Amino acid sequence: MNGTLRFIDEFRDPALAENLFAEIAVTAARIAAGRDRPVTIMEVCGGHTHTIFRYALEARMPETIQFAHGPGCPVCVLPRGRVDDAIAIARHKEVIFTTFGDAMRVPGAQGSLIQARAAGADIRLVYSPLDALALAKANPDREVVFFALGFETTMPSTALTILRAARSNIKNFSLLCHHITIIPTLRALLEQPDFPVDGFIGPGHVAMVIGTRPFQFLPEEFGQPLVVSGFEPLDILQSLLMVLRQIETGKPQVENQYRRVVPEDGNKAAMAAVAEVYETRPECEWRGLGTIAESGVRLAPAWEVYDAEKRFDLTLHQAPDPEGCRCNDVLVGRIRPWDCAAFGTICTPENPLGALMVSSEGACAAYYQYQGMKRAG
Amino acid sequence: MCLGIPGRVSAVLDEANGLVEVEVSGVRRAVDAVCVADPDAPLSALIGTWVLVHVGFAMSRIDEAEAMNTLRLLAEIGELDAEVSAMQGMETRA
Ligand code: SF4
Repeated sequence: MNGTLRFIDEFRDPALAENLFAEIAVTAARIAAGRDRPVTIMEVCGGHTHTIFRYALEARMPETIQFAHGPGCPVCVLPRGRVDDAIAIARHKEVIFTTFGDAMRVPGAQGSLIQARAAGADIRLVYSPLDALALAKANPDREVVFFALGFETTMPSTALTILRAARSNIKNFSLLCHHITIIPTLRALLEQPDFPVDGFIGPGHVAMVIGTRPFQFLPEEFGQPLVVSGFEPLDILQSLLMVLRQIETGKPQVENQYRRVVPEDGNKAAMAAVAEVYETRPECEWRGLGTIAESGVRLAPAWEVYDAEKRFDLTLHQAPDPEGCRCNDVLVGRIRPWDCAAFGTICTPENPLGALMVSSEGACAAYYQYQGMKRAG
Repeated sequence: MCLGIPGRVSAVLDEANGLVEVEVSGVRRAVDAVCVADPDAPLSALIGTWVLVHVGFAMSRIDEAEAMNTLRLLAEIGELDAEVSAMQGMETRA
């Protein structure tokens, strides 16, 4: 593979990278002998997806290995109805609606937040929920709403912000909460009848918060290996090799490649804040995956005054994924992005139809952006 | 949002509320340190240490080599500048 030779010097330790590629190739070849499809490994986290594309890891893999780019990009799985909810709240005259920048371009059924802002809504990008809280303090005559998005990685930040708001007695602040949780989602994926995945590269920063134990059900109930991984290309190669070795020996387990950041028990202070502020929703909607039971959280009754759904008496919008969008098949690894007729035609990063085209962590946008590199492989 | 960014704790801003100042690529900003603070030690014990910051919250203590490798990764995947400007309160992504 020419691509391998051309790009290998980008790695922090090219010799180690070369060894890992070689080990991966021989291990995968041994596993693939006697089966009629490639070994398919799902990376759960969008950060891993980004690294895999940036360093053309997929293009450098032997044909016996295929990646399925999982659902772990929070803006990619934000459903259209939830964007519409956000816009409905942002349109209130007294509201300053605050959000992470990534969510601005996600298309709802009624357009995106960026379009709502162009139409006059006061929508502001913030880096942190702390900045949204500071805006509330500085603008006591306005209602500041923060769009609380993300997996367990960002959940403690909004929980701690609510505790801080309560301590500082700031009342003109609330959350539109769409935090989602990875464990029920992995279970829902694994329960799909034709789920073609042989093992998982686990989300490093989710595990940094929740620890490695919640992933135990993968080997125990589904016979699936999972290796919690760091984000450097060398981390991902190493984790991939660990997954392959588990597949080969037929002894699936949860391993932790990212010990330098991920303690087995997670972060206790973060988990305590989450447990105090949030409760599990009976169900939560995902773009591309439909409704998954207990896969999201909302503010617990004690914190209801900070719940924007209550404060603005919101009737939740429901909007099915758009016609012609095959994000679900891509998300679970059933088809590759270019198999979707919309890919690169009516769905592009400038004008996304499906959510996987919105963020650089989404599989479709990543293929679109790095296609040149892929071809070089 | 999910990758985080390494920074070095430079000062204590508010001991009672768990706020420290963190320096990230030359930019200083307030960061919540509740998740990395040792409950039995003052926040000043964190000064000079490296932390991984997610959306304004220090979520993990890391060593300097790990911090350097992560900064390099962020630069290579093209996320470093956007993250640092966002921290400063500049709009970059929309
Ligand atoms: S090309 Fe667009 S519509 Fe098709 S799967 Fe990808 S994001 Fe979804």
